[in-house]
Amino acid sequence: MPEVTPLPLSGYVVDVHYVAGVPTFITGDGAIALGTAGRVVKPHGGGILASALAADGKSMITGGDDGKVMRTMADGTSTLVAERGRKWIDVVAAGPGGAVAFASGRTVVVIDGAGKVHELERPRAALGLTFFPKGLRLAIAGYNGVGLWFPGTAAPVQELEWKGSHIAVTLSPDGANVVTSMQEMALHGWRLRDGQHMRMSGYPAKVKSMSWSVKGRYLATSGAGVSVLWPFFHKDGPMGQRPLELGGRQELVTRVGCHPLEEIAALGYDDGMILLSRFSDREEVLLARPNGSPVSALTWSGNGLELAFGCESGAAGLIDLTR
Amino acid sequence: MSAPAAAPSIPVTVLTGYLGAGKTTLLNRILTEDHGKRYAVIVNEFGEIGIDNDLVVDTDEEVFEMNNGCICCTVRGDLIRVVENLAKRRGSFDAILVETTGIADPVPVAQTFFMDEEVKKFAHLDAVVTLVDAKFFLDRLGDAPEAEDQVAFADVIVLNKTDLVTPEELREVEATVRQLNPYAKIHRATRSGVALDAVLDRGAFDLDRVLELDPSFLDADEHDHDYDHICGPDCDHDHHHHDHDHDHHHHGHETHHDTEVTSVSLKAGELNPDKILGWITEITQAQGPNILRLKGILAFPDEPKRYVVQGVHMIVEGDLQRDWKPSEPRESRLVFIGRKLDRAELEAGFKAAAV
Repeated sequence: MPEVTPLPLSGYVVDVHYVAGVPTFITGDGAIALGTAGRVVKPHGGGILASALAADGKSMITGGDDGKVMRTMADGTSTLVAERGRKWIDVVAAGPGGAVAFASGRTVVVIDGAGKVHELERPRAALGLTFFPKGLRLAIAGYNGVGLWFPGTAAPVQELEWKGSHIAVTLSPDGANVVTSMQEMALHGWRLRDGQHMRMSGYPAKVKSMSWSVKGRYLATSGAGVSVLWPFFHKDGPMGQRPLELGGRQELVTRVGCHPLEEIAALGYDDGMILLSRFSDREEVLLARPNGSPVSALTWSGNGLELAFGCESGAAGLIDLTR
Repeated sequence: MSAPAAAPSIPVTVLTGYLGAGKTTLLNRILTEDHGKRYAVIVNEFGEIGIDNDLVVDTDEEVFEMNNGCICCTVRGDLIRVVENLAKRRGSFDAILVETTGIADPVPVAQTFFMDEEVKKFAHLDAVVTLVDAKFFLDRLGDAPEAEDQVAFADVIVLNKTDLVTPEELREVEATVRQLNPYAKIHRATRSGVALDAVLDRGAFDLDRVLELDPSFLDADEHDHDYDHICGPDCDHDHHHHDHDHDHHHHGHETHHDTEVTSVSLKAGELNPDKILGWITEITQAQGPNILRLKGILAFPDEPKRYVVQGVHMIVEGDLQRDWKPSEPRESRLVFIGRKLDRAELEAGFKAAAV
């Protein structure tokens, strides 16, 4: 079994990012733990509700229940990006050229790389945000579909409609497919070229974690007793294809993280176990034994040699894959 | 590592009531009185909350339909998100208060705590508390259907501002409230001055406690129960007179206020479990949108335990509860509160399950 360095934290681990290569853990009480030496900063007045790694990987954007959006560097210094009174900022995204997006209720704000602020009022609350890999274009998930917005242009928001509540959104790395996670425990996708719908259902729980494998060949997902990986390399995407299933157990997969370079994925479960599974032969390696607390954060280092994880109980650590 | 003990589920109290009924006053009292509990508060406008509490959340009510073919499966999307985020701060508060806007429908709020698995894992609905403005409620009934729903749906009703009406007016408004909702606890109050243990930690949706709360529960047909309200120093009501007046309204429940919402109380002896549970499923599927609440205790042959059931629209849950006491008659009782209820049809269906 690979070596695990435990890093117990103060509360529910909301997410973890490698900021300039430094594993940076966020806990629900608003603390950010940087690296392994016990350095902790609290840039927000309260809890942190959402986070995203900047596109250049050098800083992290966070939204808090103090109504603030902050940017934090690997050395622990933070700067204020935006402030919105007493509204909770529960969705953030980072995009090309240093762009930042965040939402609170129906209001979506984009601050472009030059610092210009663009604001959009949606008919319903924005529940998920993600930038396109190129240009300045934002996908906004919400009730009854996704809006695609070019901030700073007069172009109307392109609406992708599908009945139901879309709670998170992701884009394939080539920007060709939009996929949402739905309150109704399914995924929905649109192929942008022709608007072709993709329905991916059968989950016993909401899909809270989605991760694209290297080159965007598969979309790995949580929300079932296996990780379901939808193939996107066929002509018609996942439609009519059997998804790949990895790491079948009695326990629910709560987090998935595809390796940045190889076709393998780390799977975190409801009981705290973490498995590594290879796509080609479904060979599995145990990375962390069950600790009784659901895995709530899972992220690979850029070179794919280290995996950072965190659990709802505050259990967290780094797994060295070179051993 | 040993598995951590399961975290206790967080109770949620929903405060509802029409504009000006005194919700914010009650909320401020709950937040300031010394009861040793820490509350996370979800409101729709900060407005007059005078308390500096870092766990006050201002959200925009977002009601949406679940895309599951059930037209009455409406939930509050904003609540799902807020509660999920609060779950990440577990340990920094003991309970949640949700204050709805005056015109809000309480049903989607309640259904949120039954429909969403993650919300259910973390929190449970404790009770829906509705404040009623004694002076203006009867006027509201004419022009605001929400006011009617809020009362019909409540577990606890605070009949507020009783100092602004005459004893006769108060009896009239109380009778109308009772007509809309025969099983809620009614507390008379001025300036939202109700004992906090009367509105908090009620367990109104807890099958084990549902029927312990009010020994007179389900006696609506007899209409002979005491109104269990708290008499403040200004309460001049006369129990004898009150009962008398109540008896006066006895049969047929009519007051001169036409309300769309009615209640139907059913009573029988032992019932065939398959038949009755099948019928309840059928009736809630067919008439779910019109059924606001249902509650009941059922007696099954050769079953030493009472079966308790409760529902909101199409969501029904039931379970065997405690043993029947030797002193208790093994009777089955069921109450529906809703719109366009067909009393004869409900009676026939209920009786058909008798053994």
